[in-house]
Amino acid sequence: MDEEVDKRRLDGEFTELYRAHLRDVYSYCYYRIGDHHDAEDLTEQTFLQAYRHFERAQRESRGRPLRPWLVRIAHNLAANYYRDRSRRPQTQLEDAAIVSAPHDTEDLVEGREELRGVLDGVSKLPDDRREALIMRFALGMDNREIARAMDRTEGATKVLIHRAIKQLEQGLSEDRRG
Amino acid sequence: MSNVEALLRSALVPVEPSDALGDRLERGLSEITDAAAGELADWELSAMGDPRAWGRTIAAVVLGGAAAGALVVVRARQKHQKRHSSPFRALQKGARDVRGDLARRLGR
Repeated sequence: MDEEVDKRRLDGEFTELYRAHLRDVYSYCYYRIGDHHDAEDLTEQTFLQAYRHFERAQRESRGRPLRPWLVRIAHNLAANYYRDRSRRPQTQLEDAAIVSAPHDTEDLVEGREELRGVLDGVSKLPDDRREALIMRFALGMDNREIARAMDRTEGATKVLIHRAIKQLEQGLSEDRRG
Repeated sequence: MSNVEALLRSALVPVEPSDALGDRLERGLSEITDAAAGELADWELSAMGDPRAWGRTIAAVVLGGAAAGALVVVRARQKHQKRHSSPFRALQKGARDVRGDLARRLGR
């Protein structure tokens, strides 16, 4: 009876986790894969796998947020996705970014080009730098959460993000000059 | 905040998943708990004749009962949402995995 009560409590908590982080997991998958359909499949697999291991994850998290754990599952599945299908990330990320571009000003075209350039630059970064930027900017994760998701120290994560931004900045400057 | 960071904030916006994905996922989660509960129910009946399996039967009843009652909150929402038909490629794999996992845990 107690076990059943515990299971119901766990299911309720998993439902909360799912609702709180569906957008995070989907955004992460989308920016990793660059394709809405495959991002949906990966998101689905991430939550199915999370459901199977939820009890253990909750026990081992000792009250810490579970978002990094979810993102880590998505990260591993995305890695398998590329390995199994010999695919590389696509760069057709315009539609997500265009939503946030200024729609009613004369800077529209220039703004879109600039965002497209940024996304293109992000897609050319090494995998770990690209992922760190996705977690920081698309998911709004702090250094501690990113460190847990990437299994690094907070210090190493801070350096990683700093270098990613510097590399991107350098690439954008070269593009402007060239 | 540097100019590049401001651009990154504008470029890497969170992406809203479609309603269809939410539906599909919630159906998927409900379905794997149903599949687990259904399979366990069949097995419980056959196992009851063998006293050596009673220990596992008790475990199965607990697991199956819990699975049947799982994600009640999810279902309540599902009833109020428009239903979409969609492929279940990932879901079918997930359901198979969970069934296999349960079977292994129960020593079948």
